[in-house]
Amino acid sequence: MIIRGRVWKFGDNIDTDVIIPARYLVTIDPKELAQHVMEDIDPEFAGKVQPGDIIVAGRNFGCGSSREHAPIAIKAAGVQAVVAQSFARIFFRNAINIGLPVVEAPEAVAETETGDVIEIDTDAGTVRNTRTGKTYQSTQYDEFIQQIIRAGGLMQAVAERVKARQQAG
Amino acid sequence: MGMTMSDKILARAAGRRTVEPGEIIEVAVDLVMTNDITAPLSIAEFKKLGLERVFDPQKVVFVPDHFVPAKDIKAAEQSKIMREFALAQGAIYFEIGRAGIEHVVLPENGLTLPGQVIIGADSHTCTYGAFNCFATGMGSTDIAAAMALGTTWVRVPPTIKFVYTGTLPPDVGGKDLILYTIGQIGVDGALYAVMEFTGEVIDNLPMDDRIAMANMAIEAGAKTGIFGFDEKTREWLARVTDKPYEPVDSDPDARYQQVIELDVSNLRPLVALPHLPSNVYPADEIEDMPIDQVVIGSCTNGRLSDLRIAAEILKGRQVHPRVRCIIVPGSQEVAKQATREGLADIFLEAGAVFSTSTCGPCLGGYMGVLAKGERCVSTTNRNFRGRMGHREAEIILAGPAVAAASAVLGRVASPAQLN
Repeated sequence: MIIRGRVWKFGDNIDTDVIIPARYLVTIDPKELAQHVMEDIDPEFAGKVQPGDIIVAGRNFGCGSSREHAPIAIKAAGVQAVVAQSFARIFFRNAINIGLPVVEAPEAVAETETGDVIEIDTDAGTVRNTRTGKTYQSTQYDEFIQQIIRAGGLMQAVAERVKARQQAG
Repeated sequence: MGMTMSDKILARAAGRRTVEPGEIIEVAVDLVMTNDITAPLSIAEFKKLGLERVFDPQKVVFVPDHFVPAKDIKAAEQSKIMREFALAQGAIYFEIGRAGIEHVVLPENGLTLPGQVIIGADSHTCTYGAFNCFATGMGSTDIAAAMALGTTWVRVPPTIKFVYTGTLPPDVGGKDLILYTIGQIGVDGALYAVMEFTGEVIDNLPMDDRIAMANMAIEAGAKTGIFGFDEKTREWLARVTDKPYEPVDSDPDARYQQVIELDVSNLRPLVALPHLPSNVYPADEIEDMPIDQVVIGSCTNGRLSDLRIAAEILKGRQVHPRVRCIIVPGSQEVAKQATREGLADIFLEAGAVFSTSTCGPCLGGYMGVLAKGERCVSTTNRNFRGRMGHREAEIILAGPAVAAASAVLGRVASPAQLN
């Protein structure tokens, strides 16, 4: 899969409280959550972000709370993928489960700025910055995680198992 | 090569003799938990599967605690979704007035036992590692899958062993130990690893302090924190359950990603300044930092021993005129005992609020939301920007002793500065 988009760059330790503040966790409606995405790190972000954009960030992206509302808000805002130097473990898992591509590419992050256009090749495990023309390595998913991605998310993968179990009686 | 206690629990739950860090395995879960914020998403995902029942209603727990008693109509609707589902499923459900904060309530009810695998849709599920189990936070969809299957997948995490040596000075507790540790290794210092807490200081550490340490393992990026099983664990559990359990211990030749020794003999009561839990300083080095609010409570420091420490300091003293001091017992049981012991009276006489049990203020939900420019000393676990209210408010993390002393003096202070 090739994902191409315009970059919004953030720093290290972007926590789930700034991605979607708890005061908005009284709903599970993705559209409503998207209106407040990244609000406490950049109050104007929800108004600026365009469908197809990509978030690029430093270390430990998504640290803090287990709230799945965080990747949901990012995805519903139209963000195609998040590239970071590293991800906090619960956020990484949540993103994969709901079908938001998350890619670890430390070198690409270091040399990418807001406004750049990047191309993520999830099969090849690369990130290319079209401004500089440079291509960087990204970590590749295990086969197990790829299965979840291919199924379209965790619940789709679980549904296949539940169905198989029911058919087996 | 031997195995760590975390490896052994996961191997057992996977029906295997051994596991290797890095491999992905499927494990049976002993308990699956969600709360009023995360449950509605889990339930919506679960319902997509078309299943009538969760895998085992006696292993699925629902705790309304974040925005309850309901802070507004939307929060009430979320809680209602959870309550109706929980009751229809015959699952374990803890209603307010008979419960409290999930990570205080579950141990109190003997639901977190040595050797178990526990997952919860709350990042502080790692709290239960104090009881020698493998407990970790996940998102709502993972919890929905586990409610259906009774299993979950994990990548076997490596373990970092922390060895605490020396003698713990007065006024220094579990919260100071974990803040010190996070200050040393950083907020991603244990990313995806298990933090195993050991050493002579830990052997002598009361359970409530161990619980506070395990609780904040996530703030170092860890998959979980875990403690060995000893006489203190056994005694604590004997008060709440007669169920059998199987403790685990790490092999002498267990493989560790890293071993970190920390001599804590000279530790002073600590604070973490905004906006990261790793931004740690001795409280008595912070000069002239006035505060507007103090919160004593939460899944980190809302237990009886925390309230006793706070009461000892507040007894016969007054909360500073410019400070709001909000004391939130972690559970109904804690509130009852605090009342019986006269702690509640001490708080009320000192001019503090003694509230019902809730997560409210910790995550800026309600019951103590901060205005722009306000500063709060809090015994909670996160001081991220905007966590407790306005994004330009400041949160300073501390243990109950520093929080109570700060409430009296109206500024960030160590208990020793009271005299």
